Parts: sequence; C-alpha cells; structure tokens
Amino acid sequence: MHNAKHTSAAQQFGMHRATHRDPKLVQWGLTLAALLTISVLIVIPLVNVFYQAFAGGLPTYWENLVRDSDTLNSILLTLAVAPLAVVANLVFGLAAAWAITRFQFPGRSLLTALIDLPFSVSPVVAGLMLMLLFGLQGYFGPWLQEHNWKIIFSTPGLILATCFVTLPFVARELIPVMEAIGPEEEIAAISLGADGWQMFWRVTLPNIKWGLLYGVILCNARAMGEFGAVYVVSGHITGRTDTMPLRVEKLFQEYNNPGSFAVASLLTLLALVTLIVKVLLERKTRLELAEAARVVHTPGEAS
Amino acid sequence: MRRVYSFAILIVSTGLLLPGCGTSKAEADRETASQELLNVSYDPTRELWKSLNKQFIAEYQKKTGVQLDIKQSHGGSSSQARNVIDGLEADVVTLALWSDTNAIAKAGLINEGWQTRLPNGALPYSSTIVFVVRKGNPKQIKDWTDLVREGVEVITPSAKTSGNGKLSFLAAWGSVVLRDGSEKDATDYVTRLYSHVPVLDSGARAATTTFAQKQIGDVHLTWENEAYFEVREAKGALEIVYPPISIRAEPRVAVVDKNVDRKKTRAAAEAYLRFLYTPEAQEIIAQNYYRPHKPEILRKYSNSFPPIELFTIQKIAVDWDEAERRFFHDGGVFDQIYGFGQK
Repeated sequence: MHNAKHTSAAQQFGMHRATHRDPKLVQWGLTLAALLTISVLIVIPLVNVFYQAFAGGLPTYWENLVRDSDTLNSILLTLAVAPLAVVANLVFGLAAAWAITRFQFPGRSLLTALIDLPFSVSPVVAGLMLMLLFGLQGYFGPWLQEHNWKIIFSTPGLILATCFVTLPFVARELIPVMEAIGPEEEIAAISLGADGWQMFWRVTLPNIKWGLLYGVILCNARAMGEFGAVYVVSGHITGRTDTMPLRVEKLFQEYNNPGSFAVASLLTLLALVTLIVKVLLERKTRLELAEAARVVHTPGEAS
Repeated sequence: MRRVYSFAILIVSTGLLLPGCGTSKAEADRETASQELLNVSYDPTRELWKSLNKQFIAEYQKKTGVQLDIKQSHGGSSSQARNVIDGLEADVVTLALWSDTNAIAKAGLINEGWQTRLPNGALPYSSTIVFVVRKGNPKQIKDWTDLVREGVEVITPSAKTSGNGKLSFLAAWGSVVLRDGSEKDATDYVTRLYSHVPVLDSGARAATTTFAQKQIGDVHLTWENEAYFEVREAKGALEIVYPPISIRAEPRVAVVDKNVDRKKTRAAAEAYLRFLYTPEAQEIIAQNYYRPHKPEILRKYSNSFPPIELFTIQKIAVDWDEAERRFFHDGGVFDQIYGFGQK
C-alpha cells in the first residue's frame, strides 16, 4: 500500500514535468484543436437543436410537443417501449451474466460472443429479421394473424426490435463486475444456509447494483434513440407506431421544422439527463470502491 | 433491500399494465360506434389525405353516426406495398403505381377485378413528373436532354423502392423513344442520366428534403403535386419547369379485401374510396395539385395544370407489370444501367 502510493506520486510528478517541457505553442495548439473539434461536432449542433426548437418562443415549443396529438403519441410510445425493452434486457442480462460468470458449460464462449452480436449487426438487418419471422409472409405470421396477435407493425414489434438492438448493454456491464467479485461470498451465503433467492437479493445484488444500474441507463439511452430497426417494423403509421426518433424524421420531411426540432430537443434532453445520471453513478461507484478498500485495509493496519 | 424489491415489482407491473391499457381502450372504442381505418399511401400524399380525411370523417359521421379515426402511413410506394404484403393491416391502399397495388392483389389480399370496382378504373386523380430547379433556372434546364449536360446534378429517388423514382425513369425513357429515339438511345440516355444523380433516396419526400432543405443538386424530378408543395415551402428559392413531354402517372386506389373482412370495416372503407369521386373531394384533390378525374373540375383549376404532353405506360410497355419486370426487377434495365452509372 505504502509502496503503491509512492510510485503513483512519482508518476504524477513525472507527468507534470512532461507537460511543462512542451512548448506553449504546442500546448495551446492542442487545446485549441480539441476545443474546436468538440464545438464543431458536438456543441454547435446541440445548441442549434435547442435554438431551432425554441425559435418560436416557449409557448410555441410547448404547443408543438403536446398540441400535436401524433407527436404526443410518439412521446408516450417511446416512454412505453424503452422501459419495457430495458426490463426485458435487465432480466436477460442478469441471467446471462450469471450463467457466464458462475458456471462452466459447453457453448459458454459461444453465448458470450452471441451477446455481442447486436452490436455488430446493422439495426436495419435486425428489423428485417423480425419481419421474416413475424411478417405475414414469415414463419409465424399466418398463425399470429389467425389468433389475432399483432407483432410487426405494432407496439410488440417495436419492443422486440428495441430489445434486440439493446441486448448487449446490461450483460456487457455485468460480466466484468461479476467476474471481478468472484463467487466466494455467494458460496459462503449458500454454505450458511441461504436459499437461492436469499443469496441473490442479499449478496449478489448489493454487490453488482451500481454496475447493473449503469447498464440499465446505457440501455435506456440507446432504446429511446433507436431508429433503424424500429423504422423497418413500424409500418410508419402516424400516431400509432411512430416513436420519437421516427417522429423527428417525419416532421422534418413535412417541413415542420419547429415541430421536428422540438421533439429532437426533447430526445436530446433525455440524453443529457442520462449523461448526468451516468456521471453521478460513476462518482458514487468510485466512492464506494474507495470505501470498500478502506474497510478492507483498516483491520490489516490495526494488527 | 425491500426498496429494491418494490422497485422491481413496480417496473414489472408497469410493463404488464401498459399493453393492457392499449387493448381495453381499443375495445371501448368499438362499443361507442367508432372505427379505425388505415390508409397506406405513397410518400408525398400526406397533406392531400390529411385534408381529405377531415372532410370525409365529418361527412361519414353525419351520414352513419360512426366516428372514424383514419390513420395514415406514407413511404416509398413499393416498400409500402411490401409492408402490406408482410402484414401491415391497411384497409385501403392508395399507392403510386398500378404494379404496386397489383402486387398486393397477387399476394391474395385484394380480390381480382379490383380495378373495375370503382369509377374510371379506380383512378380518382392522375399526376405526372415535372422538374423543379433553383431560382432563375441558372443551368437553363428546359427539357429532358438538358439533364445530362456537363455539370448538372439530378435528384430523384430510387427506382427500386419509390413510385416517384420509377416514374422519373419511365418518363426519361419515354422522352427518348417517343421522340424518334431507338431503345439503344434510350438506354444510353438513362445511363448518362443516372450518372448525374449524386444521391438516391428511398422515397419521394426524402428526395425533396435532399434537394430543397439540404440544397443538393440542380434539378429535382418529382411529382407535379410535390413540385408545387416544394416551391411553396421554399418561398421563392425554387421554381417549376414543365418539360415538353412526361409520363401520365396513375395512382389507383383499392380496398384491401382480406383486411377489411377480418377487421369488419368494409362499409367504411368502401365509402371512403367512393367519396374521392364526389365533387367536393375532387376540388380538394385539385387544390392539392393532383389532376382531378372530373373534367369540369380539371377545367376550373386549369391554371394549376399547364398543358403538357402526357404519355401512358402503354406507349412504352405492354402494361405496368411488364414495365416493372423489364425495367425494375433484379437484373432489369435499371440494375444494369445504375451499375454502370456508379462505375
């Protein structure tokens, strides 16, 4: 512990010296380039979205969001589809991470690879896959229609498409966390007589809660912004299957720029909130880790 | 820990309740004598159907007491047809091309003889393809031959997915073969034409956005109605050019029999399409710059529709189906020339 502190301090010192050695011109140049890139790529477009949205004043902005029943519908739809997809992935992600980190079974690495697949498959392809399964010309389509179940071109299809695209987020966050924690505490709980659920709620979940929440937040952000896959399965029914990103495109194509940017700004706002929550969570996790380290080390130092 | 528990329960129960709300609402609707129709149409007709729907909903309620809710779906004509075939539950289809509607009929969703069930071959209005250019027509584009001049960029959507795209292609083709060109000349011409197209959007409205809002290209080949809409929205930055010759577009309408019988909406769907032939609907059609089927209303609005030589599909192919197969199917003329155009 003492040693480690020493090295890190030395490193910090070394880094300081390195920055001082750079000529002022390089320092300023690099900083300027970074700032320029960020403002051109991120800040200016972001500000523009809000500027365009509020160009007609706050009352117009509000009317654009709630007076247009189709827009309102798209907001509600997104607020229904995204959480449902997140819940589905929460359950799946937990189960998958559990299976992968706690058990050895044939096909384990295949499962790990498959979880990542939605990251690499184009969302449009994901939508088409669903279409080929559940569309009227697909394998299950005629049966579904006979029983009056709608999947494609209605909300369940949107949820499925969103689920597919956001599948990796929770599992990807949990696997490294659960691997790092290891099964020891859980084995201890079981050996002390806890049943499976008791172990999960009292040992596993408290250990992984921040990683889990982090995964859920990323998953939610992606779910709300998803365009490609839902575009394919939505059928473009105005006021019925348009989620917020689809509505943004539709309003833009209908020359309703204020309306389009109003919805876009709301989506952006949701993203910003996500970002803030994410930063807070990261800080919280760091504090907890530091706390844990202190707790672990105090008895050792005492003896 | 209890808190985590109740949070989980909350999430799951919200999940279970939300779809439940949807069904119970739909059921309540049915009880209060209200019905929903879905009109699956092509891309630029959004504004037209919005005004037609308003009129029809009021009229239908007065006549029958049934409160209608008409939903619209818009996109590239062929991809919309594909969606209906894949299970999009359209009560009526109002697509850009005969071949798109017929593809749905071939899939067994529309009964045979659909074209004879409504007046004028199920064609309440027609339209054509015209040019939109930047203000003052800086590149002096007046005829089809001007499109392939050096340095002219042409915007039109894909002829694979869009009615606008197909009609642009066929109009270009016809402008050669109907003015004493050979088929080889026509192939050469369209090959050159598509090498002047920098972006191929999937639907008419996306192409409009590319030309008018993103400011790409010198000339936009588009529906006559879309051209008026585009020029009005551009507030003086764009103008329309009528080429001497173009194609007569025939966006026919049909009730999707399989769907209306299952959803029990046949009466409303049929009344909806018959309404299009009434004088007031024809007026709305003309006001939205579609050429109405009724001659007296076409005459009344003749200011909006300058004379132009319009040729029918039969002048350049046996029928829409043959044109579709020959020009737009995989390996057809469009594939061959667009492949070359790209290289």
